[in-house]
Amino acid sequence: MTDAAPALSIETQDLSLWYGKFQALKNVSMGIKNGLITSLIGPSGCGKTTLLRCFNRVNERYGYVTTKGEIRILQKNIYDPDISLIELRKSVGMVFQRPNPLPLSIYENIVFGLRIHAEGKLGKGHTDEVVEKSLREVGLWDDLKDRLKGRATGLQLEQQQKLCIARLLPLKPEVILMDEPCSALDVEGTRAIEELMWELRGRYTILIVTHNMAQARRSSDESIFMLMGELIEHSRTEDLFLNPVDPRTAEYIEGRYG
Amino acid sequence: MFTQTPLVRRKQRNEIIAKWIFGAMAVAMVVPLLLIIFHLVSRAWPLLSWDFLVTNPVGGMRRGGVWSAFLGTIYLVVMSLCISAPIGVLAAVYLNEYARDSWFTRIINLAVVNLAGVPSIVHALFGLGAFVIFAGMGRSILAASLTLAIMTLPVIIASTKESLAAVPVSFREACWNVGASRWQTIRRIVLPNSISGILTGVILQVSRTAGETAPIMFTGAVFFKKIPEGDLFAYNLRDQCMALSMHLYTVTTQVTNAPEALPYAIAVILLATVLFANALSISLRVYLRSRKKW
Ligand SMILES: Nc1ncnc2c1ncn2[C@@H]1O[C@H](COP(=O)(O)OP(=O)(O)O)[C@@H](O)[C@H]1O
Ligand SMILES: [Mg+2]
Repeated sequence: MTDAAPALSIETQDLSLWYGKFQALKNVSMGIKNGLITSLIGPSGCGKTTLLRCFNRVNERYGYVTTKGEIRILQKNIYDPDISLIELRKSVGMVFQRPNPLPLSIYENIVFGLRIHAEGKLGKGHTDEVVEKSLREVGLWDDLKDRLKGRATGLQLEQQQKLCIARLLPLKPEVILMDEPCSALDVEGTRAIEELMWELRGRYTILIVTHNMAQARRSSDESIFMLMGELIEHSRTEDLFLNPVDPRTAEYIEGRYG
Repeated sequence: MFTQTPLVRRKQRNEIIAKWIFGAMAVAMVVPLLLIIFHLVSRAWPLLSWDFLVTNPVGGMRRGGVWSAFLGTIYLVVMSLCISAPIGVLAAVYLNEYARDSWFTRIINLAVVNLAGVPSIVHALFGLGAFVIFAGMGRSILAASLTLAIMTLPVIIASTKESLAAVPVSFREACWNVGASRWQTIRRIVLPNSISGILTGVILQVSRTAGETAPIMFTGAVFFKKIPEGDLFAYNLRDQCMALSMHLYTVTTQVTNAPEALPYAIAVILLATVLFANALSISLRVYLRSRKKW
C-alpha cells in the first residue's frame, strides 16, 4: 500500500436498493476514477438520482428504503458503523437540479458549512478569505464582490447554481455529485456550468447526472449508461458514444428511448 | 379574423358577473364588522373614558369601571399563552421535523386535529376535574390559565406545523448536504423562516382566550372582586379573578338597572384588547417578513 491518492474515489459492489418492494437499483458495481468527470446517463426513471443519493446516504431519510451491497468512498465503506454521516456529507457534496441557495446572504451561504462544523465563532478575517477564495473558484467573485450581503435567492439562476457549488468548496469535499445541474438553466448558463466543471476537474471527483447526451459527450471523461436500475455500460466517453459495446447503449444513444 | 364569437361574448359576460358576485361577498364580510364596531362604540360612548378602564366596578357593578376584570383578562391571556405557546411550538417542531411517519405520530396528529374541534365547555369540565379538583389548585388564575392553555394548545400546534411545513424542503436538503444536523437546520434555517407565521398563530389565540367564558367560569373566574387600582400585580396566581368576558355576561344577565351603556362599554374594552393584540401580530408579521431573505 502506498499513500498516493487512490485511483478510485467511489466504488460500489453489487449495490441494490429497494423503495418498499420496488427495486430501483440492481446489483450495480462500478468504480469512479479520482479527479475525473464521470457522467451518468440513461432514460428518466432508470435510477440515476437514486444512485447519486446513495453516495451521501440521503436516501435513508425515507424509512422504507433498503440497501444491499457495498459502497466505498476513498476506500472506506460508508456503511461501516463508525462512519459519521456529518463527516461523510462534508466530503461528498451535492448539487441539485434546481439551484437551492439558502435564504441567507451570499456571504452567509458560503460560510454556512463552516459555521455548522466550527466549534466556536469564526474570525471574520478567516471567513472573508474563504468567501473570496470560493467565489473566485467558481468565477463569481468579480460579479458579486460588491453585494456579498445581498440575498442569494435574488441572483440569476446560473449564479445561484454556481453559488451552490461554491458553497460546497469551503468544506474541502473529495467528491461533488451533480444531479442534472443544468436542467433549470438556459444555454448560456449551461455552458458556464460546464466550463466551471472543467475548472474544477482534477481537484475534485465529479459525478454528473444528465439526460442531455451532448452535454455528457462534451464535458465528461467517462460515461456510465444505466437502464432500469442496471448499469449497462461504463467506459471512456468517446468509446461509449462512438463504439458502444452493448446494443441497448447504442439504441439509447441513437435516441430510441425517451 | 379576431372578431367576437357568441361564445366569447358569453364568456365575457360570465366573467363580469363572477367578478361582481365575488366582490359583493368580500364587501359583505367587512360591512357587518364595521357595523358591529360602530354600533358598540356609539352605544358605549357616554361611558368610555380612561377612568372607566382603570377603576374597579362599584355599586353592585352598576357604576365605576372594569379595572379588575380587565386586569384579570390580561392575566389569564398572558399566563395561558406562556404555558401553551412554548409547549405547542416545541411539540409542532418535533412532529414536523423529527418524527418519522409511524402509527404513533399519526395518532398524535389525529388527536391534535380533533382536540382543536372540541367545544370549550368540554375543556371547562376537564379543567374543573383535572386542575381544580384533582390537582387541588382550587378555583384560581392558575387553574383557569391551564384550562385555557389546554384549549389553545392543539390550535397552536396545528398553526405552527403549518408554518414549518411552508418552509421549502429544498432548504432543508441544502442544509443536510453540507452535514448540518437536524437541530442546526431547524435553528438556522427553518425557525427564522417560519417565525412570523408561528407568532401570528400564537397571537391569534389571544382573541380566543380573551373571549371565552365557559372554560374560566368553573375554574377561576368570579363575578366580583375588588383589587387595588393602578397596581399591575394586584392578582396572585392562587386567587380567583374577574374577566371581561365573564363580566359582560354577568352585567347583561344578572345585574338589574345597570346603565344601558355599560355592557356596550365592556364589550368595547374587550374588543379593543383583542384588536390591539391582532394589530400587534400584524405589524410583527410585516416587520419579520421584511427581513426575510426569500
Ligand atoms: N422516494 C421514492 N420513493 C419511491 N420510489 C421512488 C422514489 N424516488 C424514486 N423512485 C422510483 O425509483 C425509480 C428511479 O428513480 P430516479 O432515481 O429518480 O430516476 P432518474 O433520476 O434516473 O430519473 C423510478 O421508477 C422512481 O419512480
Ligand atoms: Mg433524476
